[in-house]
Amino acid sequence: MSSKVEAQLDKGKALIGYLPIGFPNFEESVEAAVALVESGVDILELGVPYSDPVMDGLVIQEATQIALAQGFKLPQAIEAVRQITERVSAPVLLMTYFNPVIQYGVDKFAADLAAAGGAGLITPDLIPDEAAEWIAASEKYDLDRVFLAAPSSTDERLRQSVELSRGFVYAVSTMGITGARADVDVAAQTLVERLRAVGAEYVGVGVGISTGEQVAEVLSYGDGAIVGSALVKSLNDGGVAAVALTAQGLAHGKPSAS
Amino acid sequence: MALRDELGPYFGEYGGRFVPESLIAALDELSAAYELAKLDPSFQAELADLHRTYTGRPSIITEVPRFAVHAGGARIILKREDLNHTGSHKINNVLGQALLAKRLGKTRIIAETGAGQHGVASATAAALFGLECVVYMGEVDTVRQALNVARMRLLGATVIPVTTGSKTLKDAINEALRDWVTNVDNTHYLLGTVAGPHPFPSMVRDFHKIIGEEAREQVLALTGQLPTAVAACVGGGSNAIGIFHAFLDDPEVALYGFEAAGRGVDTPEHAATLTMGRPGVLHGARSYMLQDEDGQTVESHSISAGLDYPGVGPEHSWLKDLGRAHYRPITDVEAMDALRLLSRTEGIIPAIETAHGLAGALQLGKELGPEAIILVNNSGRGDKDMETAAKYFGILDGVEQ
Repeated sequence: MSSKVEAQLDKGKALIGYLPIGFPNFEESVEAAVALVESGVDILELGVPYSDPVMDGLVIQEATQIALAQGFKLPQAIEAVRQITERVSAPVLLMTYFNPVIQYGVDKFAADLAAAGGAGLITPDLIPDEAAEWIAASEKYDLDRVFLAAPSSTDERLRQSVELSRGFVYAVSTMGITGARADVDVAAQTLVERLRAVGAEYVGVGVGISTGEQVAEVLSYGDGAIVGSALVKSLNDGGVAAVALTAQGLAHGKPSAS
Repeated sequence: MALRDELGPYFGEYGGRFVPESLIAALDELSAAYELAKLDPSFQAELADLHRTYTGRPSIITEVPRFAVHAGGARIILKREDLNHTGSHKINNVLGQALLAKRLGKTRIIAETGAGQHGVASATAAALFGLECVVYMGEVDTVRQALNVARMRLLGATVIPVTTGSKTLKDAINEALRDWVTNVDNTHYLLGTVAGPHPFPSMVRDFHKIIGEEAREQVLALTGQLPTAVAACVGGGSNAIGIFHAFLDDPEVALYGFEAAGRGVDTPEHAATLTMGRPGVLHGARSYMLQDEDGQTVESHSISAGLDYPGVGPEHSWLKDLGRAHYRPITDVEAMDALRLLSRTEGIIPAIETAHGLAGALQLGKELGPEAIILVNNSGRGDKDMETAAKYFGILDGVEQ
């Protein structure tokens, strides 16, 4: 049993890039994901479009609603993972609300994701307390499972997230939904320290990170910096070339680049 | 165990807390505060006093013989939640949660609303308790329920039209959840139905179960027996669970929930979640829902904004699977016919939501026969629906077509 994501994090601090599958269309979303890796993104987080994304801000909502309106179907998420992992070696996580996984079949989804070369799942609306079926399936198919930790979480809940996550724990840097912010909350560093205190080896920090400087700041205490809305906005505004440039700028925040 | 004793977070395989971790602390805080309040005589006394002096409880029951003529001669008795302050059952839950919000030290409440009944009730409680109030309402609903938007604004609330997704109740809940994730420190989410993550389904039910408790005694006093059947409309399911709950452990009393069939359950344009849906996760709980094969929520349709919701409370899913309650679809046409019939035979104009339960009672009466006693939750009054009804019946210019 080995974690693709942990193996990558063992090599050094990581830039983790999010893009939704199917935006602006399926082919271009795959090209954009590959371009991210070629531009310095170490781990990919591919968003599965969902009708009711309560954790997402407007930028990502609009992109995923376009993907759905164009007819995105769930098997395309598996297919995107297959096409991307054939071309680049970076670990690929799917970020998905849980109902699509339930309807596909939790065990079958895990099996198909593993067969496509996927690393695992980030589950924004699935807390460990409700995750027995996914924990069993991810064990069976050797997949990473990333649960969230929030500034408001008790130490007991942080410990549970740390113990049941594999790959990394996703530290939500601020109380809010996804979207670029001028300042990453100081709560982020405090949260990472609290996660370390309950035994976290790998922590990814997300929500609100949009510049190379913020990546550098977050990676001074976290193991991964997760960027989403800023990349989606670039892809929307300027296509694959623009999102690659944005990724390069973000990658300058990695310690290896400075 | 008695069915009435089910406390959540699970009702059989339904319920739970499928929400971002950021909300768990707030849900835990709310659960703990509610558990304390339930056992606290001063909380219960304060709520009971508000209901007596502000809501207008107990609400009366009214037997409607001229309406019942059209139901095979069965006796039909209405529980008059439409006579509550603000015009619907929604005030029962709102006052309970607003008192809890005060205990939690929250200064701001947010709410979602479909027809506007819950939004109006929330804005009312906010005015009464001096709380800031923000109501999320689908843009489509702000148009078809413009009068209620004006009422909320007059009461001092901020109404935010929601332009994402289907622009109806489902999306208003999404926006309210996003607001709550961001502002949970000072904000209580005053959820208006028996859906959502624990503790909302059981807590909101508890605040509404007074409907059935009163009605059970009132029907016994009037008729000397329990009703043969209890009927209510079901969107999220709060008024239905409110009137069902006191009867859950009376096996001789049949329970019927009537969902919105819109243009018909054989068309895509309906909101008949329990009739046509299958289990999944929506808005924080596992329950029946309308969804496609990928688990994407399907947009619902109903002439009634308050029933236009592709999910339903988890306790209803559990009662359906147990066979304890039965759920049937009622079309827009059937509901509007019942609305007009009650107006003309009894001088009571019900909300379009409520009219689904009344249409169901007409069906039940014909099936159960003249010996039957049918208790219907007359959950809301129809003033807010006058524009929709006037257009529907073509009576805007004073001439019915």
